[in-house]
Amino acid sequence: MIRDLHNKLLNQEITSEKLTEDYFANIEKKDPEIKAYISLNKEFALDKARAVDKKIKNGEEIDLLAGVPCAIKDNICIEGLSATAGSKILENYISPYDATVIKKLKESDAIFLGKTNMDEFAMGSSTENSAYQITKNPHDTLRVPGGSSGGSAAAVAADECVWALGSDTGGSIRQPASFCGAVGLKSTYGMVSRYGLIAMASSLDQIGPIAKTVEDAAIILSRLAGKDRFDSTTIKTAGKKYEDFLGADISGLKIGIPKEYFASVGLDKNVEKKIREAATKFEKLGAKIVDVSLPSSDFALATYYIIMPSEVSSNLARFDGIRFGKSVGAESEKTGEDLTLGDIYFKTRAKYLGREVKRRIMLGTYALSAGYYDQYYKKAQKVRALIKKEFEDAFKKVDLILGPTAPTPAFKIGEKTARPLEMYLADIYTVTANIAGLPAISVPCGTISEDGKELPVGMQLMGKWFGEEILLNAAYIFENS
Amino acid sequence: MLSKSEVQKIASLARIEITDEEAEKYSKELSDILGFVDKLNEADTESVEPIAHITGAKNITRQDKVVEAIIETKEDIIKNFPERKDRFDKVKAVF
Repeated sequence: MIRDLHNKLLNQEITSEKLTEDYFANIEKKDPEIKAYISLNKEFALDKARAVDKKIKNGEEIDLLAGVPCAIKDNICIEGLSATAGSKILENYISPYDATVIKKLKESDAIFLGKTNMDEFAMGSSTENSAYQITKNPHDTLRVPGGSSGGSAAAVAADECVWALGSDTGGSIRQPASFCGAVGLKSTYGMVSRYGLIAMASSLDQIGPIAKTVEDAAIILSRLAGKDRFDSTTIKTAGKKYEDFLGADISGLKIGIPKEYFASVGLDKNVEKKIREAATKFEKLGAKIVDVSLPSSDFALATYYIIMPSEVSSNLARFDGIRFGKSVGAESEKTGEDLTLGDIYFKTRAKYLGREVKRRIMLGTYALSAGYYDQYYKKAQKVRALIKKEFEDAFKKVDLILGPTAPTPAFKIGEKTARPLEMYLADIYTVTANIAGLPAISVPCGTISEDGKELPVGMQLMGKWFGEEILLNAAYIFENS
Repeated sequence: MLSKSEVQKIASLARIEITDEEAEKYSKELSDILGFVDKLNEADTESVEPIAHITGAKNITRQDKVVEAIIETKEDIIKNFPERKDRFDKVKAVF
């Protein structure tokens, strides 16, 4: 889709200004119901679009993303704009700087339409944990769009943008992409800079695209990837243009199906059927389907629910009402209430952080506290090594691993909010890629009829570390066959 | 099962004020999750070393050189202070 728009812009069949206006018109029409956006950026976007049009008129060379309107998850910082991360504690925060991915997208002349809704600090699987609004799934507005990048996925599905950025700590790009019928890509850990992403769990977080097609995701990743001096975990890569490697024959490609992924009781029978059909389609395309075993998969979610909250408890310590964001200290100046420094920490965090966020901070605080560190955190880091080892072994036999992205299609709004543990199970297939740092993509593989609506199902392909080229190619061949 | 007083202690370490009712609710929710993660004890990790992250990168260094931010960036940072006096972030006395 991006390439088509690019060609239309180049041939001057359409201007970026008109394209941007059209998307804003669509947002005005649809977003009162869908509620994908937390804030819009109209003036700035149209100015930028006109600048791109000028470049085209002057015959200057432009990038594929130039003049194409996109949406940015609200935990990614754009200079001069708010970045709430879906939390009340950052309601008044204006970012003084650009995230590295934003800097790169600005160099590509991408157009930022606005910032999208998300679960508070990316903690959730339905976007219901946003402190601002509940985003609806465009395929059935009684259902959730998934999460935490639910606003980004819904905006793509409802044509309220061409593509969007999300962030993925345990499935937050792939699961909403699956629920909304979009493509969602989380790259290998270290591929994309996290600088300017409001941190949730630093050893797991990656920024990535949610898009209409695999080619679009490839185009976007090529522009995001690379070593960054502001994120020491980024790795120098060859600077590949992934979109140039799509379309290669997949004959002989070995795709592993872990038997553990289908033994889980929570897997919807209809989702299972779609994944089996996807495997058959891959076989017809010449790939070999191989049974593999990842016995520690059963431990992945438990490992995640130690490592993630532990890192959360540390990363979210910065929201204390002192340097930025909401503060009861500033309010007490007006009311004349006499508060100590400690009171400001305790009361600011109590008032402006949501329940799920507090729950995870406390869980992590407990797991890291004296006497429990070995039992929980250290144990989880050992199981993490175990999980990684099993993938290393599996990838000696196969090139890719196929399974469901989520155990069910989109569930109903309110269905899982009362029981946190049940909500956590929505991430059961996605967390492993974060724990092991592997690249993984969710690609639409059919729909399921429920309540008279067609609900999208996503399949997940996981690749070897830095094996994005093979991963994207297989996804592309599947999508276009 | 985490007791209410244990939850209060954790909340205090995390610098979050919680009410007695909240402590009760969190005690149940956190206990549920801890019960779930206890599953990890079934994993045989005798022969593995813990890993903190995945790429194996370590000791990534850079020049210890200050790169001065532009004045606009500095002003934007100051504008985000909840309370300020002149160009200082105003906080309560620590002691």
